[in-house]
Amino acid sequence: MTRRAHVSGSIRRRLLLQLLGSAALLAAILFVTVLGFVRDVAEESHDSILFASATSIMDSIAVNAGEVSVDLPYAALSMLGNVSDDRVFYRVSRAGEVLTGYSDLPAGEATVRAGQPVFETLDYKGETIRMVTSSRRLSLNGAPTDIEVSVAQTQNGQAAILARLSRSALYLGIGFFVLSSALAIWSAQSSVRPLKSLAQAVSRRGPKDLRPVSRPVPSEMAPLVSSLNTFIDRLGVSLTRSEDFIAEAAHRVRTPLATVRTQAEITLRRVEKEENRGSLREMIRAIDETSRASGQLLDHAMVSFRTDSLERVDIDLAELARELVERLRPVADLKDIDLHFANSGTPRMSGDAILIQNAVRNILDNAIKYSPPERQVHIRVSGDGAQARVSIEDEAGGFGTTDTHALTERFVRGENTQGVVGSGLGLTIAREVAEAHGGTLTIETSKSGAGACVTLCFPSH
Amino acid sequence: MRNPLLSLALIASLWGVSASAFEIEDRQWVGPENARALTVISTTDFDILAPLMESFLRNRPGVAVDYVVASSSELMKAIADEGQTFDVALSSAMDLQTKLANDGFTRPHQSSATALIPGWGEWRNHVFAFSQEPASMVVSATALTEAEMPRTRQALITLLREQPDRFRGRIGTYDVSLSGLGYLFATQDARTSETYWRLMELMGGLDLQLYCCSGAMIEQVADGEIFVAYNVLGSYARARADLADRIVVIDPEDYTHLMMRSAILLNDAAQPELAEAFVDHLITAAWSNPPAPEYPFRHPLGAPGPSESARRPIQLGPGLLVYQDREKRKRFLGEWVSALRQE
Ligand SMILES: Nc1ncnc2c1ncn2[C@@H]1O[C@H](COP(=O)(O)OP(=O)(O)OP(=O)(O)O)[C@@H](O)[C@H]1O
Ligand SMILES: [Mg+2]
Repeated sequence: MTRRAHVSGSIRRRLLLQLLGSAALLAAILFVTVLGFVRDVAEESHDSILFASATSIMDSIAVNAGEVSVDLPYAALSMLGNVSDDRVFYRVSRAGEVLTGYSDLPAGEATVRAGQPVFETLDYKGETIRMVTSSRRLSLNGAPTDIEVSVAQTQNGQAAILARLSRSALYLGIGFFVLSSALAIWSAQSSVRPLKSLAQAVSRRGPKDLRPVSRPVPSEMAPLVSSLNTFIDRLGVSLTRSEDFIAEAAHRVRTPLATVRTQAEITLRRVEKEENRGSLREMIRAIDETSRASGQLLDHAMVSFRTDSLERVDIDLAELARELVERLRPVADLKDIDLHFANSGTPRMSGDAILIQNAVRNILDNAIKYSPPERQVHIRVSGDGAQARVSIEDEAGGFGTTDTHALTERFVRGENTQGVVGSGLGLTIAREVAEAHGGTLTIETSKSGAGACVTLCFPSH
Repeated sequence: MRNPLLSLALIASLWGVSASAFEIEDRQWVGPENARALTVISTTDFDILAPLMESFLRNRPGVAVDYVVASSSELMKAIADEGQTFDVALSSAMDLQTKLANDGFTRPHQSSATALIPGWGEWRNHVFAFSQEPASMVVSATALTEAEMPRTRQALITLLREQPDRFRGRIGTYDVSLSGLGYLFATQDARTSETYWRLMELMGGLDLQLYCCSGAMIEQVADGEIFVAYNVLGSYARARADLADRIVVIDPEDYTHLMMRSAILLNDAAQPELAEAFVDHLITAAWSNPPAPEYPFRHPLGAPGPSESARRPIQLGPGLLVYQDREKRKRFLGEWVSALRQE
């Protein structure tokens, strides 16, 4: 019976969400940083071209015959055209008086000092312009005079370049996010993988497998695994203890029961009154039931114990079955039941001989016990190298409507047990032995339909 | 169906106005009277663009073109100084067109037609070139022998130096103070090579004749009045099939400047959509491959003439604003005049 775990959240999902969240954050930071950087670089390079243009105009200014003359160099404006298709404006002025250029070009807020160009973003003719103004002092007729040169350009091309670069930055950010998302999914998967594989290994275990978990696990899981191991340990100890207790109890019940039974039989012989004999027979039968039950309990405890740490030896299943048949033949003879033994192949296997014997005996015992007198029981052993098999077919009428699966549960008996002594543990023992050896127990109706055919099947290796 | 409908009254009234305003050389009305009119101001002679205007009007009933011809500097004056409203301006003075676009007199336009133009043929979707034409020398075929034909500026200088008396008063060029195109060619020449100043000084000493326009120079050469005209529109000269045996058009092999005739869409247009359609029509005719049959100029890209290495296409862009600078212009004209006056 597996109980559903109470689930709250998922490590993998949480991990994934956190990783995706941080990837998104980093991508956004990357985008903003790159964008800012690109914007700065674009602005700087634009500024430096404007400044170069202003400088070349400044260089063309000279004092000729007591007059300031401006000889605009072709390159001063054409260089601006190489960068973008933007409108270009310029102005050369001396002490507030415009010498040439666009006289309505706005004057910047900042005061311009020689050697320190001022860059400003302004509005002119309905458009945003970037303007540089630089200043230089000339000597005019012996007196100093300040010349100011402004060069400005609209920023449409700049905006287009920025838009393109922003798009690239966006793609970069998205690419980064996609890539780190893929990595996040991968790392979330791989970090819960040890957990998953531990869970699988534990759930794959057989019902009796109480060995400690010895596979290597990541250090974070070590506490979990070591408490799991302690838990398994304690479970094992308490299981053994209760089995020991049962065996001990059964053993202690059996011996005094034997005494009681002997005494009851002796008394039975002496008593003559029919109703007293009746109750004595009842008593003997109850004692038989109890004794059978304690015997089977003891066997079952022994089986549980031995399957915990299975000691395997080479077994010839044919030899083992033959011996059992011979041992039980006297019992069968009492009911005039014929036991037929047949062997084909070499049914060799490795396993615990005592357990196998116990299993086969319980099946054979059933066949004899539930058969009416004068019937046949066939014991067939076969082996083909891969499997060793013993099947016992009887003519005891089969299982009727009983669920054969349920019969292998502890203390479950069928409908045909009227007056038949038994405890309901025989098939349980047989099944547990089969499973401990990696084999199977099959309970079917025989081919003829006259009875049951119960088969034990073991892998040869 | 060349049937320009001229309204005499209109012309009269216009002349009246223009007395105080910009100077109109010609005004033509194409299409039905009382129709919705697209107003075009242009430096290009009416006859040259008439077929293109007719094909433009063919599928547009109820539309007419009011075509005003002015010199490039008058065109500039009309728009920039007088605030006259026109829908479209066509001009060969690339620098003036650029200045109008730069100073905010134009509006941008983008269409499937403008997409035909390569990057160098337009400026910020405001200036659209629709021809590329060389600045050539036109030489009298009768006055000069085949061997004397000057293929380069240096050859012309040598020729003039060797026989000054023969060429005295027999050479001509643009009056750069009057003609915008002449000024453009002259400034580009001055920018390209010092040879230009030597040539000007030499020509100045030989009683250089100055002209307003290419057409006049071409005719004077054909008539034998002058022998050599320098910096003439090669496209106009080549278009004059009637003079083909009397003139020789030479694209100088040292370098030949290529001017682009361009269209701009003006702000405050009365017919903005019509204006765009007209400019698209011009562009499509010019830049389609092959160009429209009524397209009067050589295809800009495949234009034969100057050899590849001698081609100096004048580039659209803010560089053209430099010689439009007041100080720069004053200085250049001053230098030009003093070069001509030199003995
Ligand atoms: N060969 C058989 N033919 C018919 N019924 C059978 C046969 N073997 C087992 N059964 C049915 O299966 C039940 C369970 O068998 P099982 O051997 O486990 O218990 P049991 O025989 O009743 O008790 P015991 O522990 O003493 O063997 C039996 O009670 C019986 O009803
Ligand atoms: Mg049994």
